[in-house]
Amino acid sequence: MLAKRIIPCLDIKDGATVKGINFLGLKNVGDPVELGCKYALEGADELVYLDISATLEGRKTFARLVERIAENINIPFTVGGGISSVEDAGALLKAGADKVTVNSAAVRNPALIDGIAAKYGSQFVVVAIDAARADGVWQVTTHGGSRSGGRELYSWALEAERRGAGEILFTSMDHDGTKNGFACEVYARLHERLSIPVVASGGAGTREHIAEVLTGGKADAALAASIFHYNEIPIPQLKEYLAAEGIPVRL
Amino acid sequence: MVAIIDYDTGNLRSVENALRRLGAEYLLTAEEAVLRSADHVILPGVGEASSAMRKLAATGAAEIIPTLTRPVLGICIGMQLMCRRSEEGQTECLGIFPTEVVRLPAGAGVKVPHMGWDTVSLRGDDPLLDGLNGGTYLYYVHSYAARDCGAAIAVTDYGMPFSAALRSDNFYGTQFHPEKSGAAGERLLANFLSL
Repeated sequence: MLAKRIIPCLDIKDGATVKGINFLGLKNVGDPVELGCKYALEGADELVYLDISATLEGRKTFARLVERIAENINIPFTVGGGISSVEDAGALLKAGADKVTVNSAAVRNPALIDGIAAKYGSQFVVVAIDAARADGVWQVTTHGGSRSGGRELYSWALEAERRGAGEILFTSMDHDGTKNGFACEVYARLHERLSIPVVASGGAGTREHIAEVLTGGKADAALAASIFHYNEIPIPQLKEYLAAEGIPVRL
Repeated sequence: MVAIIDYDTGNLRSVENALRRLGAEYLLTAEEAVLRSADHVILPGVGEASSAMRKLAATGAAEIIPTLTRPVLGICIGMQLMCRRSEEGQTECLGIFPTEVVRLPAGAGVKVPHMGWDTVSLRGDDPLLDGLNGGTYLYYVHSYAARDCGAAIAVTDYGMPFSAALRSDNFYGTQFHPEKSGAAGERLLANFLSL
């Protein structure tokens, strides 16, 4: 039976791991490769590395980091942050990434999804969507939540699927960093409308939150950062708990 | 020495990295002399079947592979190309494994591509799968799969039962990616290298 996936997310700035609280107040929490190897050994099913460097130098450091990750890690990993062309995606594939996420650039230029999917396959393209509720509507945001994307969440997710996305990674900006649980009802609706996997991100604070989004929220995978980085919920204990709750996980 | 067949099909890096982690010596090649003298041959692959088959034929390796006598392992599309034919792009393949590749049937609870970690049911006790069992999770990313057949040494059920691993004499194939399947995948690759 296909397992529900647990995915630690590592935000990388200038080659080092950081975790933002609502994308503000960054703290350094370790070497990205070392941390990734630790998570892989502990039973993480996949890793996501997001480059949040603002400078060209930082981006070059990230590309070299991707090669090191690929050399050392024996589970799939996804990279994202600042990918705005098919060539950007191709360079990361060559460096050894299994998937790329596109976010703001895809909102600005949706054909980017078609381009990457046509050249490298849908399995290589994860469309990351950040959204926040405004006037009762889930509005897509870009640039780490700082700008309005001018799109509504569900129609954008459907369009992304139609254009060739292999997976949707949705982050609720209303929940991210709060540790109060995921936007479960939104994930359940995405699951109903889409035929590609949905990864839940934003709000994990307890193991119960993760169980909820994988059952009631119907998410295929749960992504979290600080609960893993600060060892608040060790992955082996989390997975044992999920298995005891009857959720199929890889132990 | 392990020969990884290089036929311009994208990402060979993950297979190289996995072999390096196991301490194996390898070469990326499509040269006949090297393929024939290699102790083990790996046919990796990602992408679409008809273009992958065209590229494999263009290197000349398509004619050499079926005549190799050392252990050969096809991974994902590599395994599919070793079957009779594939529905993807209506492709005639190498005909080593007695089965056909068809699109996975999407349906309730079955999203295609089949992406993520899934279990296998073992058939018999092939040395390739030594140390693995019915609870072992392996990593899959695919939309097409080889029908279950007499050469299947492991089967996975996802929308339909399909050949998760195949064996025919010295030829082996896995639909899952051992190079991405954590410790279980490393065990399988080590098993292959000791054949």
